[in-house]
Parts: sequence; structure tokens; C-alpha cells
Amino acid sequence: MSVDQNTVRHIARLARIAVRDDELEHLASELNSILDWVEQLGELDTSDVEPMTSAVETTMKMREDDVTVGNMQDEVTRNAPASEDGFFVVPKVVE
Amino acid sequence: MAKNDELIGLSLAEARDKLKAKEITSAELTDAYIAEMEAGRDLNAYVLETAEQAREMAKASDAKLAKGEGGAIEGVPLGIKDLFCTKDVRSTACSHILDGYTPAYESTVTSQLWRDGAVMLGKLNNDEFAMGSSNETSFYGPVTNPWRRNGDDTKLVPGGSSGGSSAAVAAKLCLGATATDTGGSIRQPAAFTGTVGIKPTYGRCSRWGIVAFASSLDQAGPITRDVRDAAIMLKSMAGHDPQDTTSVDRPVPDYEAALGQGVKGLTVGIPKEYRVDGMPEEIDALWSQGIEWLKAAGANIKEVSLPHTKYALPAYYIVAPAEASSNLARYDGVRYGLRVDGKDITEMYENTRAEGFGDEVRRRVLIGTYVLSAGYYDAYYLKAQKVRSLIAHDFRQAFSEVDVLLTPTAPSAAFGIGEKSDDPLSMYLNDVFTVTVNLAGLPGISVPAGLSKEGLPLGLQLIGRGFDEETLFRTAHKLEEAAQFTAAPEAWWRS
Amino acid sequence: MEIGKRVAREEDWIQGATGDWEIVLGLEVHAQVTSKAKLFSGASTEFGAEQNTHVSLVDAALPGMLPVINRVCVEQAVKTGLGLKAKINLRSVFDRKNYFYPDLPQGYQISQFKHPIVGEGEIEIDLPEERTEKIGIERLHLEQDAGKSVHDMHPSMSHVDLNRSGVALMEIVSRPDMRSAEEAQAYVRKLRTILRYLGTCDGNMEQGSLRADVNVSVRKPGGELGTRCEIKNVNSIRFIGQAIEHEARRQIEILEEGGKIDQETRLFDPKTGETRSMRSKEEAHDYRYFPDPDLLPLELQQEDVDRIAASLPELPDEKKERLMADYGLSAYDATVLVSDGARADFFEEVAKGRDPKLAVNWVNGDLFAALNREGHSLEASPVSAKQLGELLDLISDNTISGRIAKDVFDSMYKTGRNAIEIVEKEGLRQVTDTGAIEAAIDEVIAANPDKVEQVKTKPKLAGWFVGQVMKATSGKANPQLVNEILAKKIDIPSED
Ligand SMILES: [Mg+2]
Ligand SMILES: [Zn+2]
Repeated sequence: MSVDQNTVRHIARLARIAVRDDELEHLASELNSILDWVEQLGELDTSDVEPMTSAVETTMKMREDDVTVGNMQDEVTRNAPASEDGFFVVPKVVE
Repeated sequence: MAKNDELIGLSLAEARDKLKAKEITSAELTDAYIAEMEAGRDLNAYVLETAEQAREMAKASDAKLAKGEGGAIEGVPLGIKDLFCTKDVRSTACSHILDGYTPAYESTVTSQLWRDGAVMLGKLNNDEFAMGSSNETSFYGPVTNPWRRNGDDTKLVPGGSSGGSSAAVAAKLCLGATATDTGGSIRQPAAFTGTVGIKPTYGRCSRWGIVAFASSLDQAGPITRDVRDAAIMLKSMAGHDPQDTTSVDRPVPDYEAALGQGVKGLTVGIPKEYRVDGMPEEIDALWSQGIEWLKAAGANIKEVSLPHTKYALPAYYIVAPAEASSNLARYDGVRYGLRVDGKDITEMYENTRAEGFGDEVRRRVLIGTYVLSAGYYDAYYLKAQKVRSLIAHDFRQAFSEVDVLLTPTAPSAAFGIGEKSDDPLSMYLNDVFTVTVNLAGLPGISVPAGLSKEGLPLGLQLIGRGFDEETLFRTAHKLEEAAQFTAAPEAWWRS
Repeated sequence: MEIGKRVAREEDWIQGATGDWEIVLGLEVHAQVTSKAKLFSGASTEFGAEQNTHVSLVDAALPGMLPVINRVCVEQAVKTGLGLKAKINLRSVFDRKNYFYPDLPQGYQISQFKHPIVGEGEIEIDLPEERTEKIGIERLHLEQDAGKSVHDMHPSMSHVDLNRSGVALMEIVSRPDMRSAEEAQAYVRKLRTILRYLGTCDGNMEQGSLRADVNVSVRKPGGELGTRCEIKNVNSIRFIGQAIEHEARRQIEILEEGGKIDQETRLFDPKTGETRSMRSKEEAHDYRYFPDPDLLPLELQQEDVDRIAASLPELPDEKKERLMADYGLSAYDATVLVSDGARADFFEEVAKGRDPKLAVNWVNGDLFAALNREGHSLEASPVSAKQLGELLDLISDNTISGRIAKDVFDSMYKTGRNAIEIVEKEGLRQVTDTGAIEAAIDEVIAANPDKVEQVKTKPKLAGWFVGQVMKATSGKANPQLVNEILAKKIDIPSED
């Protein structure tokens, strides 16, 4: 499963990271060397193995249905690069 | 300086006892460390010094101590890895993308340290988002290891990702430090700096308020000067937190009390697969020495097999980047941190994340995105999670025969800054002995056990059953006694 | 026949230029779970608060924040699953659905992909002429709602409010078992009724508590399934109908011109009544689902499920059966009553110890006519069930006639006063005094000797006499007495 430059461009797009064209070749070779190396997992037959779903053997605890937080507009937005009237502000989104 | 030298020469346990006995005050101890922190700036261990806050906290501690009150570590000055969110104190995970981020909340682990009376000296450097094994990926620049090779002043790495923590503890710029470990980020830097680092069982410490790297692997733990100090710090850091569903609701034992119990009757396993090709002779020799020490202390030694060991690292480099690619999606320039404008929202995201993430983070986000993408999930992520099951099973098998495992911590001593940063794969190999423990969720501790022929510290690792940190501490304590590791780096940074 | 194999009735076929077509519809309904706090945080779910005030640090995805699940949201999902006669999965898993959008702070939605909490179930929908159809439910899963982007506050910027971010949703996915807009609408109505009976979702479509994604495809009747398009977030039952009609015709036109349907996501524009493509040439979505490592698998105990099952209220279908059996109601009347649990309850209170037929006519007829006319909900009805019952008692004991009762009801509705009070004050009590009625009849006879003659050959004219007497008594004469006395006074031959 070799990664070509188009694939790198596609992944970078999915990950929302701008990548310059002149970086593609280098990135592709880096990713390929890592992917080639992890390929060795293919040596193992795992057809009868259940995937590990959690590193801890315990059951998930649940919260009660209580409203415990709110009215922290300032804490929520105070680190925002752009905000107005308690809204976060972003470049226009078109659907 | 003489008084200061005396003060900073105390271990955490000694300082704690002298504070309680009112032989010293937190104010003078804290001032001594503030002076060291400032004198040690060349190491680049701290990315933010909070001297003012430290003095205030020390004053409050002294008031309590004067009344005979105060918590378990009242008045003890600590450094905090920048991965921990600290209320009203800049917390950036050493990433450009979290520029200036100042949380309105305190991580559970640090809040427990403050609850028990600790004093915060500042925020410690780390690899960006804890991704690295040398602390060279930090946006704030690399940390320099206080240790140098004999007769050579080449700057060495302090290990990573908790390189600021390990360097600060080794250089006595704090009494102890918080750290986190996703693939070895506590134990490997501890080994590189002659300090003690323990990664507790997954679920032992709350992850709430710690910037997430790989959620199923991340655990907080301390880096300290000796085993006793680690036991004391972990006791404060550990415990159930209802805000973290993966934290476990079981009592935290008195780890310090376990120290004197010795290893008589314990069976120590030696996993044969940890004897890897190209491992330096001196590391192998140290390992054998460790076996002898424990045998001499009354432990039984047994060779065991962990057959899937060699697959741990590749599995880790699928699971960790996959989780990271998703965990780091929130850094998008909308609600906090860096924003780089673009002609539309998508371009804003892409520009922000391109500029905000360093090369290693970008590499892992891309790998993680790829292995989760349509058509590849089963081949990579699912496969890696199955391999994780096999690795966990190996350990369960081994622990049916032995009580604790002994291995080297890292395949080499500290290396030079810039020596490996061009080759991601050779960097990844640093974690070969530590990463298995994260995949299985088990506890592991690194103890300084000797010096390389170049005069650099080397560590031995002990791996325990889940939630059996006590056995780790008592065994580590025996190793420490036997190793008599008293070497210390020359304080070249002070001049 | 298997539910999914059903072919639409001929009257539901759409005539195209090349022949008949059949619509195939499946719905994904997002229903907001009724709970006080959000699915994974302790922030309020209350509607209409000031921007970013019902937001916790978790909802805003600040660094280091972790989700903790709300027990009630889980129980509500189980309850809904039981109400849909569906399989409850004792082990389910939360996955992350990864995509970037400014109202999605984490960069992923926590949802359930491979292992939902509820599996297959079924709903019976009620259609005109007492037709019913069974619609398969494929699954129900729990997930987080997103925030809201406001696009009209600034020419080049959008404003983001995270109040809804993290509110619990149940996504209820049907099988492609519906064959007409009418069936899809009936499905949503029935689903909404069930959710309301269960108390697991308020079903308020205007506030977005219930929204439907409609999957539309067309095929030759009984033929191969066509390619479907998904119309996102349609938020009223009327729009669901319009969107389906438009989309089906659009697809038929393309196919009849030899084109092919692109599988895509579309939006319905209520202003034009049309659907339009939503995501231009964007790369296909790749959500990179994987189990959320911050959450453990959700394990339920069978005892917990049993306990919830035992607490289940009577559901519309059972209630309908019971109303028909216990009160002798027609299927139509019963269906109308159970469409709203409150209406059925109202009816039962009115009908207690009274004539059920009279009660259902008044509830479904006069009362709802007035409520609809005035735009009142049943909860806001000025006439309570107790008051309506008292009115019916006055009819049954002949205090007033059915005719007068309508006027009394109007007055009750306007003033909120009790029936008897109005009857007494306005002097509407039925005249049962035979003397008074006789006098009135005598007067009419005296004034109309010609009609008296005519009635002997035209028995239908008897009605005219009754009318005159009622008029003379302002409608208060007991019609039965009028008939009896009239028959004694003039000789009316029997009609046959
Ligand atoms: Mg959907
Ligand atoms: Zn959904």
C-alpha cells in the first residue's frame, strides 16, 4: 500500500493541513517508510483475535442527569481568536 | 549559595520531613529553587516560570505548616509539564497552535498536588503534544540534558516527551515534576537523566485536564530523584475522577509504605524477547547486573516469553497517530489558540493547522488520518488493536508465572541534539522497551542503575501487573539500594 | 409478504412520460432526547438560551476535556427502543465520526456506528381509510448534536453558538419501506406520537427537536431499487411531503431523459418547494469512524432493561385496541384519539360513566373544532374534561337539548364557566312542562289551519310543526315531548 503524492494531498485535505506542492514528495516518502515498517504486522494471523477496546477492565460509569455547569460564556469564549457578543466568529460558511 | 545548595540537596521526602518539623520553610526552599530555575535557563527546561505564584503558594504553605497543618507534600516545589492545563497559567502543550492558551480550569492531577500542598514553580518543556522521544519537537526549542559525555560538551537530549521534567529534576531545578507517558515518555527521559520515572497503570491517574495525545495510552506520572519521592508524588497524583470515565475507582495504596518490603519470595521475569539485535553491550551487561542484584536480594529469577514484543512498536505507531489525528482535530483556530486567516473557512483551517503544527505532529496526524481512512481501517487500526490484544495476552500469561518483569528502559543512553531528528524511524526505536507497557495498560518504572562507558546514566525498567504499583515500588527500591547510583551531572549550566 | 418487498398501491404510482414509477422512501429521524443535561456534559439542554451560555468546557472541546455519559439519556434510548418493539443491545460502542465544521468543536461527533444501542424494530403507521402498514426500523443510536452557525449577522463572517453542541439525539433509521409521501408523513406522525407517549422526545419540529433526513429513490413498480438521494434536515411534516414529491419528480425526469441519479445529499428549500444539491464538488466524505478511546463500551444489565420495560406506558396501538374494545369506538375514532395521548386521556375522563359515543363525538368534534379554530392546544383548553362531562350529563338527563348544548359549549369555551351555571343564568333549561308545550302547539295549530290539513296527506310536514314549536320556545322545548304531544293533537299518518 504505497502512498503517492495525490494520496498525501487527499489525506492532508481530510486532516485540514495545508501542504505545499514542493513538500509532497518528501512527505510521501516519509509516510511510506513508516507504513512499510508497520506492514510487518501482516506477518501475524489475527483472524481469531478480538481487538482491544480498552486498556482498562472496568465498566463505564454514568453521570446523573443534573445540570451542573453553565453561564460561563466568558470562560468558554475568552481564548477565542475572534468573538463577538459571546459568539465565536469564523469566516463565512456556505452550505 | 551554600545554604541553597543544602536546601536543593534534599530529596522530596527529606524536604517534606524538614518542612513538617519546621526545620526549613517552604519560602526559603521555594526561593532556592526559583534561583536554580533562573540559573538553569540555558537548559530550556521551563517554558514558563511562575515565581510569583510559587512564592505565594509557599507563603500559604508556611502558614499551614506553622499551625501544624498542611497536606502530604505541603510546601514542596514542583515543576509541571506543559501538557497539564493549569488554571490562569498559560498551557500550550508546547505547540504553536495553542499560542497563549490560558485555561480557566486546573487538571485533576495538578489540582490534587495543590490540594496536598505542593508549590508550582512553572511549566516544563515537552515535545509538541508529547510527540517525540528527545524533546526536540517543542515549539519552544529543545531541552538540553544536564548530563554530558565524559570530556565532551556536546549537547545531549534529555529524552522525551517529558524532557523538561527529566532535565529539571536531574539538574535540581525542582524537587519533582509531573510527566506523561504515551509510549515511554516518562521512563525513557528518566533513564536518559538518571532520574526515577513511573508510568502507573492506565486508569490510575485522571486524564482530565491533560492535553490528549492518544487517549487509550496516555497516563500521567511523576519524575523524581529517587524511588521514595516517586511513591510520594504518585500517591497525590493518583485516584478516581468522575470526570474521566477511564479512571478507575479503587483506593490508592500508601506506596511509600511498600518500599521497605523487599523482594524475598518475589519472582522476577526476564522476557527473552527484550534482548534485541544491535543492543549495546553495556545495556545488556547492566540488565544482567540488575538480575544479579535482585537475585542477591532474595528474588527468584525466571525467564519468560512475550512473543509479540517485536510487533508492539509498529502497532503503537498505528494506534497512537490514529487517536492523535482525531484528538488534535479540535485545534482549528475557532475557539482558542492560533488562527491563520484564509479566503474561506476551509482555508483558515488548513493554514492554521499547517502553521500551528510542527513537522512531527503533522507527520503523525497524516499517518493517523491515513490509517483510519476509508478502506484502510481494517488493515491498519483494527489490525493494530488486535495485536494489542495479543500483547496484553502475552503479559497476562507471563504474570501467571512471575510477579514483576525486569528489562532495560531504553536501547541506548542519551544521544546528541540533532543526531536522530532527521530520521523518524530511528527516533521511534527509542520506545522499543517502553511501548509494550502502554499498549497493555500496565505500570512501568525506570530506575537509574549505572553509567555508560561515556559516563551517561542508564536505566532499568520494571513492569508490573495492572494496579500493582506497590510491587514495582518495592522492587525498584531494592534495585536502587543495590545500584547505589550517586552520580550527578556537573552543574555546568550554572556558570 | 416481507415488509420491504411491498409494491406501492397503484394510486400511489407517479405517471411519467414513459410509464408508471414507484417511490421508495427511508427516513433517518433525529429526535432530541428529553433530558435536563447533555449527553456527555452537565450543561443544560434548555431551548432558546443566550448564545454560548449552555456550554460546558467539554461542549466547547477545550484541551483536556473528557466526556462522561448521562444515565438518563441512555435509559431514554432504551425506553424508545422498547417502544419501537426493537432489540436492545446490552453492549454498544461509541464511535467518533471525524469531520471539520465550525459548529462541531471537537472535530468529531460522538455517535454509534458499528454497535448501536438499539437494533431492529417496527412501527405500524395509520393511513386513510383505516389502512395500516408496517415499517421496519433498522436501528436507533445515540449521538451528539452539533452547535449552530448563524450566517446572517455579518457579510463575510459566520457566528457560532454551541448551546446545542452535545445535546443527546436519537437517530432512528427506518428501512426503505415507505412508498408515498403520505406514508412517510404518517410514519413521522406515528413515530412522534410514540416518542411523546414515552416521554423520550418532545417531538417539537419547529424547535428542531425532531428532524428528518429523507432518502428518496424511484423505480419501476416492483422493479430494481434505484439510486437514492438524501434530503437533509427537513423540519416539518408538510415539508417532508413537498420535498418527497419534488425530489421524486426530479429523479423521474432525469431517468426518463436517459440520465442517471448521482447519490448525493440535498437540501429542501421551503421557499421554492424544491431540493438542491448541498455539497458541491467536495471530496466524498470520509468520516474515519473509530471507537472513542475516551469512553468505554456501554454495558447494560438485562435487569435494567427489564425495569425500563416494566415502566413503559400504554402505547398508541395498544391504547387504540383497548378504546375500541372497552368503549365500542370505531377504528377511525380510536385512531384519532390515540394520535395524541392527552386527547385519549381527555376522552377517557369525559367518557367515564357516560355514553362513549356521545363523548367521542364531542371530544373529536366540537371540542377539537374549537381548539383548532382558536389555535389552542388541548392543555390550554378553556373547557376541562370535567366540565365537558358535566355538559354531557345535562344532555343525558334532558336538562338541555343537544342543540342548546352547542350554544352552552360555545359559551363555556369563551368564558370558562361551568355548563349548569350558563344554563341557569341564560334560562336555557329545556321546557319539559307539558302545559307550556301544549300551549305553544295550540298556538301554532291555530295560526296554521291550512298546514294542519296538509299534514294529513304529507306526513313530512310534521317536522315543520316541530320547528315552529322550537322556534316559539327559543329551542328550549324538549323535542321528544313536542313530538308526542303533537301526535296527540293532530292526526299524522305513519310514513310507511
Ligand atoms: Mg445519518
Ligand atoms: Zn445522525
